[in-house]
Amino acid sequence: MSAPAVLARRAMARVGLYVFVGLVLVFFALPLVWLVTTPFARTPSYRVPAPSFTLHNFRILWDNPYAVRSIGNSLVLAGGTAVLAVVFAGTAAYALSRVRLPGRDAVLYAVLLLSSIVTGTAAMVPIFLMLFQLDLIDNRLALVLVLTGGLLPSAMFILKDFMDTVPRSYEESARVFGASPFQILRHVVAPVVRPGLATIAVWAVVQVWGNFLLPYILLHDPAKQPAAVIMYTFYDEGGQPNFALISTFSLLYSVPVVLCYLVVNRRYGFRFQGGIKG
Amino acid sequence: MLFVAPALALIAAFLVFPALWTLYLGVLKYDLAGSNAAAPQFVGLGNYRDALTDPRFANSLLLTVAFVGLSAVLGQNVLGFLLAAVLRDAASWVRGVVNAVVLLAWILPGTVVVFLWQALLDRGGGTLNALLGTPGAAWTLDHPLATIVAFNIWRGTAFSMLLYSAALGAVPRSQLETARTYGAGPLRTLRDVVLPHIRGHVLTNTLLITLWTFNDFAPYMLTGGGPDHRSETLPVYVYRTSIEGGALGYGSAISLIMLIVNLAIALFYLRLLRRRSA
Repeated sequence: MSAPAVLARRAMARVGLYVFVGLVLVFFALPLVWLVTTPFARTPSYRVPAPSFTLHNFRILWDNPYAVRSIGNSLVLAGGTAVLAVVFAGTAAYALSRVRLPGRDAVLYAVLLLSSIVTGTAAMVPIFLMLFQLDLIDNRLALVLVLTGGLLPSAMFILKDFMDTVPRSYEESARVFGASPFQILRHVVAPVVRPGLATIAVWAVVQVWGNFLLPYILLHDPAKQPAAVIMYTFYDEGGQPNFALISTFSLLYSVPVVLCYLVVNRRYGFRFQGGIKG
Repeated sequence: MLFVAPALALIAAFLVFPALWTLYLGVLKYDLAGSNAAAPQFVGLGNYRDALTDPRFANSLLLTVAFVGLSAVLGQNVLGFLLAAVLRDAASWVRGVVNAVVLLAWILPGTVVVFLWQALLDRGGGTLNALLGTPGAAWTLDHPLATIVAFNIWRGTAFSMLLYSAALGAVPRSQLETARTYGAGPLRTLRDVVLPHIRGHVLTNTLLITLWTFNDFAPYMLTGGGPDHRSETLPVYVYRTSIEGGALGYGSAISLIMLIVNLAIALFYLRLLRRRSA
């Protein structure tokens, strides 16, 4: 092939590449435009607004009692689950890391397998029925426990790797000074594996923050529903969506996950993380 | 022992028990209300026979296969790989911008994302109709399957992109340059140089996104399974028959089928992981 032909082909390939990237960019950015423009529009609707700016819609959001409360509910659910997941997975992972039992790894793999099989979707019927019969529908603690149960296996799996890296000599010297196992875990081991604990906490918060199905089937009282579910009540009597409310609420509800992501990204550098899905 | 107990108790209560209970509920004629609520009848494999002869189940199963195949196995997988490959040599600002929008689609809360897509596809003022000059086209009603497929590609491609970026980083540049020196085209380079290096990653990625897409409840939020059951994937089918319709026994039978599919995918994945670490 002659040199100009090769150059021409390369140029064509480059153009093709840019067209491809451009199309992908449009595809991914298009739905996002509404999220950043509509909250500030004078007459919000499904239509991406012509440039205009008002903060009036945020006033409507602030005056809606359910909207503000639902963010609080989401915080309670996410925070509660994160704390329980970190504490229970931390203690369990520590014990499993220190005890030499035959078949210990098999148990870990088995629970990990279990958690990827028994998903919220596949187990919605028994979980709904269990809480229904125990009269625990609308009970937030019950929901937190259900959510924690689903996250524990992965959390234990990840934390066990962190626990394995803690040198035993630290604990032995603490034991010589008469520290109890709980004190050792809290004051010696936990500080060393703090990045691991933080990872689990952030991961749990993000998972619960976005979860729709479980709170949807287990919490029926609008005063207790989290942000993910409450958005479906933002319609007026005629069934028309209240766009002022929906658009501003979407933005408010999205900001924390984006911030979480940015913080994690900055601190740990967003490398590919095993099976962790945000 | 005390350290492991809380974690194991929660896992037993909310993962093991629901799975086993599904097995039991699936052989009952058990409804949320009516005469079968108070005294469930044992019907053996009756629910399974009903499911296999119900055209709505067959339809749902077929839709699920199409949904998973088109949006995850093909869509997310191929687009994620192409993006990872193209962005490797792109200018850093291009990479930054594309990464940002693709990741944003992945980390935003599900409910928000669904409203963004309603705004994109809305009949009256939707962004897509405005751009294409097709006012009044009802995408979610006329093309429900295509809608949820496009949605899921948009939502989940980030994971494949991240995984393949990491995987491609491990392909030695020298081999790529050798291939180029010998005049190998992109397709041959892909087949003979790149694929052998990342085969394990392709398999891992495909299995994980298959598992997630199979259990995805977002189609319900986007189209409600309609119109006329045309986007009713298995999770939506279970929800509509058992939680909405109250047929708990029948829903459990379908759930068990889902659990078995999950088990098959997960076992395959675990075997892969273990072989690689061994």
